[in-house]
Amino acid sequence: MSESRTDYRRIARDGLWDNNVVFAQLLALCPLLAVTNTATNGLGLGLATLAVLLAANLAVSLLRDIITPQVRIAVFVLLIAAIVTLVDMMMNAWLHDLHKVLGLFIPLIVSNCAILGRAESFASRQPIPAAVADGLFMGLGFIIALVALGGAREILGQGTLFADAAMLLGESFRFMELTLIPDYRGFLLMALPPGGFLMMGFLLAGKRLLDRRAAQLATQEAGA
Amino acid sequence: MNNAGPLASPHTRQSSSVSAIMLQVWLALLPASLFGVWLYGWPALNLLLITTAAALAAEALGQRLAGRPIMPSLKDGSALLTGWILAMTLPPWAPWWVAVIGALFAIIIGKQVFGGLGQNLFNPAMLARVALLIAFPLELTTWVAPQPLFSANAPGFIDSLHITFVGVAPLVGGVDAISGATVLDGIKTELARGAELGVVLPDYYRAGDAMLGQMGGSLGETSALLLLLGGLYLIWRGHITWQIPAALLGTVALLATGFHLYDPLRFAHAGVHLLSGGLMLAAFFIATDPVGSPASRRGQLIFAAGIGALVYIIRTWGGFPEGVAFAVLLMNAATPLIDHYVRPRVYGRDPHGKPLDYQRGRFARRLKKQQGGE
Repeated sequence: MSESRTDYRRIARDGLWDNNVVFAQLLALCPLLAVTNTATNGLGLGLATLAVLLAANLAVSLLRDIITPQVRIAVFVLLIAAIVTLVDMMMNAWLHDLHKVLGLFIPLIVSNCAILGRAESFASRQPIPAAVADGLFMGLGFIIALVALGGAREILGQGTLFADAAMLLGESFRFMELTLIPDYRGFLLMALPPGGFLMMGFLLAGKRLLDRRAAQLATQEAGA
Repeated sequence: MNNAGPLASPHTRQSSSVSAIMLQVWLALLPASLFGVWLYGWPALNLLLITTAAALAAEALGQRLAGRPIMPSLKDGSALLTGWILAMTLPPWAPWWVAVIGALFAIIIGKQVFGGLGQNLFNPAMLARVALLIAFPLELTTWVAPQPLFSANAPGFIDSLHITFVGVAPLVGGVDAISGATVLDGIKTELARGAELGVVLPDYYRAGDAMLGQMGGSLGETSALLLLLGGLYLIWRGHITWQIPAALLGTVALLATGFHLYDPLRFAHAGVHLLSGGLMLAAFFIATDPVGSPASRRGQLIFAAGIGALVYIIRTWGGFPEGVAFAVLLMNAATPLIDHYVRPRVYGRDPHGKPLDYQRGRFARRLKKQQGGE
């Protein structure tokens, strides 16, 4: 990699939209589809994944000159596993209720291909500030995807948004718990796994539609 | 003599456009549907109309979003037929929003998302039926006992609007609307309670009623006789092949008879299975959908036998009393695999793909015989 000035705007744009973990790279779909039956669950897993991504990118970037290429994947996996174990234990200690809900999916962050992917393709070749920025924005992009999917499924499935947010963020965030459709009978399908796949498909289609509109506008401006 | 135009005869004169076929299938469905409307009264008619209208609207919306022409696809009748078949598989007094959500799901997610007519992997009507069953288990398992039009207890037209749009059954003729279990529901519940089949079966199943359709069930699936007639008409007109209905019904009959002989107290006989639930409708009108079924005749036999076996397994050991929709979807998913292994013979080639040697074999003998005869 060239040692030219790091383009943080590019990193931010890639992480949040252009190269979004979920909507562009289609990685990490397993935890995404499994936990996003409510926006709160999505946010919880998203925050945990963000923490792991940040720490993993930092660690990999720090050690990038020591790790020999032959063993790099094994080392990355070990690093990520250690970090995930820490996050898992911390959540169990301080966010016990949410930890019970998200259960299996916290340890499974180890196998989240997005984290290994960022370590391999970005952090292991970049200086520390760029790697941390990449971890931050990739993690934020993942949170956006999780909350969007979880929110859409929660609204359609049970008519609420951010139910039980206080459990995740503390009592002061109880104002986030909205009931958008009162006396809603619920559309069970959306809370069940098929709903995750269906809503994911619609969100992907929506993103492509927006991208296409943007490209059209860009060409029109260029032509004008 | 003017030699322009096609010369070699014979020419087929049958109109085989999509809309003509759809019209024929719709005609074949009509007797059973009308019987359903008569049997369950005005709410059933509301359901048919709402579902079909919603399906057409969804088709127009899908075509518009995809940037494809709208009118040709509405006119081909496929959306109308999908909506109609979906309505026939719903409980006859289902509320309007069940019909609308089902039709939207069938057309948009079941068909348009895949690219429109002919592109879908799964039967749209069955997909919607399963989605509704999972999303609204209560509405989808609330059956009414037959209350034929103009009979004493039947709801009038105004009451029917109330049933369809408000959802609470009003007092009809002084009594609450009578609910009734389907044959398969009843058998499943009684067996779960530990009752003996031979004792309780007559409470739920009378062969004559089941044949005609005088029982609780989905709007258009109860009358085995009328569905059979419609199906035979379609086979006669050549719109469907006999392989799928025969293999489907045959497999169910075979399995049911085998298990019934093994233990008559636990397993219902073949008649119960053939004449109840959605089996007849599926065998002639749903499994035969050319889009989701294999191309070759042998493949169709495998496909239909698979559906039959799955229906029997789900009905007998599964969590749901009826498994036709699940079975059709599962075998729809297997269709690409079947088509991969069981391919139709290419015209002019033997089943192994080698060109036919016209100087040897059956073809040559026939040719020789023909020439010898001249």
